Amino acid sequence: MIINKSDIISNLSSELKAYTSSDIDYSVKKLLTFISKSLYSGERVEIRGFGTFSLHHHNSRTARNPKTGELLALEKRASVHFKPSKELKQRVNNKI
Amino acid sequence: MTITKNTLVELLYNEVGLNKREAREFIEMFFESIKKNLENGNDIKLSGFGNFILRNKNARPGRNPKTGEDVTISERRVVTFKSGLKLKTKLEAYDGNTNKESS
Repeated sequence: MIINKSDIISNLSSELKAYTSSDIDYSVKKLLTFISKSLYSGERVEIRGFGTFSLHHHNSRTARNPKTGELLALEKRASVHFKPSKELKQRVNNKI
Repeated sequence: MTITKNTLVELLYNEVGLNKREAREFIEMFFESIKKNLENGNDIKLSGFGNFILRNKNARPGRNPKTGEDVTISERRVVTFKSGLKLKTKLEAYDGNTNKESS
């Protein structure tokens, strides 16, 4: 099954009765935007018990389009890397 | 500086107006909800941010790098994260120092 943001929000609103769902929606968006912004300004984001988001840097290189064989230049770029915490790794594995 | 749960608590305190105890509780529950879903075998898609996808790995032969001993790495399930297009596009413009304030 695929869970999206609104499922997470309704999960939270059934547990946090004191908040309206639009409050929850607002806070979740704030959190995600903040984490994204931190990442693309070069910060590491470390959430204990969940995992760590960090950047991996890739140098520019020339690659080929495997279909056409055409050369193409890839710019220097960064990508997000997520390392799950020990707890998350174990929990995901207990119910295989 | 590394962003931690404390930084996120400050964010919700300053920008949403939760008190610090509420903010901490909210953050714990948010990540717990993601963990719980992954634990139950669900993939998570957070639009604008990225997807947490579960992958099943088959057992494979491996070796203990310390002792050189042959071992079997057992079948397991792992979480992978794929950043969304929005986050990816932002990062393509990032060349390692332009976005950073002078440090």
